[in-house]
Amino acid sequence: MKYLLIMQINPSTIEALSEAEREEIANGHGALMETITASGEMVGTQALADPSQSAVVRVRDGARTVTDGPFLEAKEYMGGFYVVDCESAERAYELAALIPDAAIPGLGVEVRPVIFTAGFGLGEPEMP
Amino acid sequence: MTGDPRADEDVLRRSAPQVLGALVRRHGQFDLCEDAVQEALLAAAIAWPEQGLPDDPVAWLVTVAGRKLTDYWRSERARRQREQAVVQESVAHQQAPGADADLLGPPGTAVDDTLELLLLCAHPALSQPSRIALTLRAVGGLTTAEIARAFLVPEPTMAQRISRAKATISAAGATFSLPDGDRAERLAAALHVLYLIFNEGYTTSAGQALTRVDLTAEAIRLTRQLHRLLPGDGEVAGLLALMLLTDARRPARTSADGRLVPLAEQDRSRWDLDAVREATGLLEHTLATAPLGAYQLQATIAAVHAEASSDADTDWRQIAILYGMLERLSDNPIVTLNRAVAVGMAYGPKEGLEVLDSVADDPRLRRHHRPDAVRAHLLERLGDFAGAREHYRRAARATLNLPEKRYLEERAARTGAVGAVGSLGWVGSVGSVGSVGSVGFAVPPDADVTPL
Repeated sequence: MKYLLIMQINPSTIEALSEAEREEIANGHGALMETITASGEMVGTQALADPSQSAVVRVRDGARTVTDGPFLEAKEYMGGFYVVDCESAERAYELAALIPDAAIPGLGVEVRPVIFTAGFGLGEPEMP
Repeated sequence: MTGDPRADEDVLRRSAPQVLGALVRRHGQFDLCEDAVQEALLAAAIAWPEQGLPDDPVAWLVTVAGRKLTDYWRSERARRQREQAVVQESVAHQQAPGADADLLGPPGTAVDDTLELLLLCAHPALSQPSRIALTLRAVGGLTTAEIARAFLVPEPTMAQRISRAKATISAAGATFSLPDGDRAERLAAALHVLYLIFNEGYTTSAGQALTRVDLTAEAIRLTRQLHRLLPGDGEVAGLLALMLLTDARRPARTSADGRLVPLAEQDRSRWDLDAVREATGLLEHTLATAPLGAYQLQATIAAVHAEASSDADTDWRQIAILYGMLERLSDNPIVTLNRAVAVGMAYGPKEGLEVLDSVADDPRLRRHHRPDAVRAHLLERLGDFAGAREHYRRAARATLNLPEKRYLEERAARTGAVGAVGSLGWVGSVGSVGSVGSVGFAVPPDADVTPL
């Protein structure tokens, strides 16, 4: 079963971290990636730019509008994610707890089951 | 000359476990032998179409794989000598293969080894996904790329999963000589692996299936092979019958536009009657000769459905009794949910709701969509359409299976409309007691979610 581990970040919380703390987080991600790669549970991970870089696209009566900023004004935003393929929800929670962000006060990692997957080079027939 | 690449591939796949079994029996070192067999399969895939199928493909593969092992040990020894680190010769090297084909031993040995391999791949030190991957590769003879595609994970991820699994087995010192006491337990674990492979294939939506290895066919092939090795084992026969009966519905299970058709609405003339006949024959024999088990009971329930010419003709009282027997064999609240549906059909929705209420608070059903789906169905039959819609929606939100989500949403939308009342589609489905004794609810392959 695949799970999406969503890193909910608060940009101001991240900004308030010391250099040492940030380095610790980076190292923690490195260690996690090594762990889930070695165990054969890694599907992929991506980090997202700051929500200030977001734009929302809407189509109304066929006309496209683009508005700067995130869809919802909030304190927390999705900062990035991991997709893992693991045995159980319990194991997904274990992996989520290894994400350093989970240990930062005010932040948390949301775990949701994935129910459809396509693309990313997955499941496509081999080229002859 | 063979001229038929598919026939070659078939021979290759069927030979793989015999070859691997022979090498592991002789040398141990499961992980190295497995690599060597993969290389031999690759060599055969290139050589056979050109040179024609050898007279004895298994012996050919054993010879080539044996050479690969020798090569490996030689280069390993050379490396060690270069490093001047280890002077002592490895035990493995002392046992390097000589006349290779004699590894196969007396007739029958190779066949028995397939069973040993299957049991090895269900080793308790492995996670369920690892057992599945290793079984498909070591026993099924699939390539890592094929397995990765079937499970929609990147190939390096699957390669790593398999190599970790092989290392785990080697580290655990696993061999072919299982104590008798562990054997029954290990066989049950191996059956569960086959069952999960089948479910993974069966719950896949049609669109994806086009690009994925047919895991249901593979599971049936391996279970059939196992049944040939252990013809007297009732649960092996039961699992094979269950798979055949479930797969027999496949032609009627999806509509032309790719939607799920619930059991109650399926055109039963489109069921694969040969498969049904084979399965009922198997069941009749095994129920008369072997101790009763959970797979046999599930298969019997599927057979009761297969006997009925329509949903209305179904012997729901018998199905309710069979689920009751299953409840006594396995502590699994999903079985009780299925009994609630059967009781609802046999005696009325109020009676069904009573059974449902007896299990609704089971903590193992937390977050699970099935109690809501069953409640919705029973409320609908009771005429409480508003309640039914609400519970169909809740079930649709909670299910982890996309085709089923779509089905439940539609069901919510048409509940209360004229002529919409039918039976809940997934009674008696495979997966109803996916993990007897260990309810892996968060994992859809465990597939109490199979809607049909």
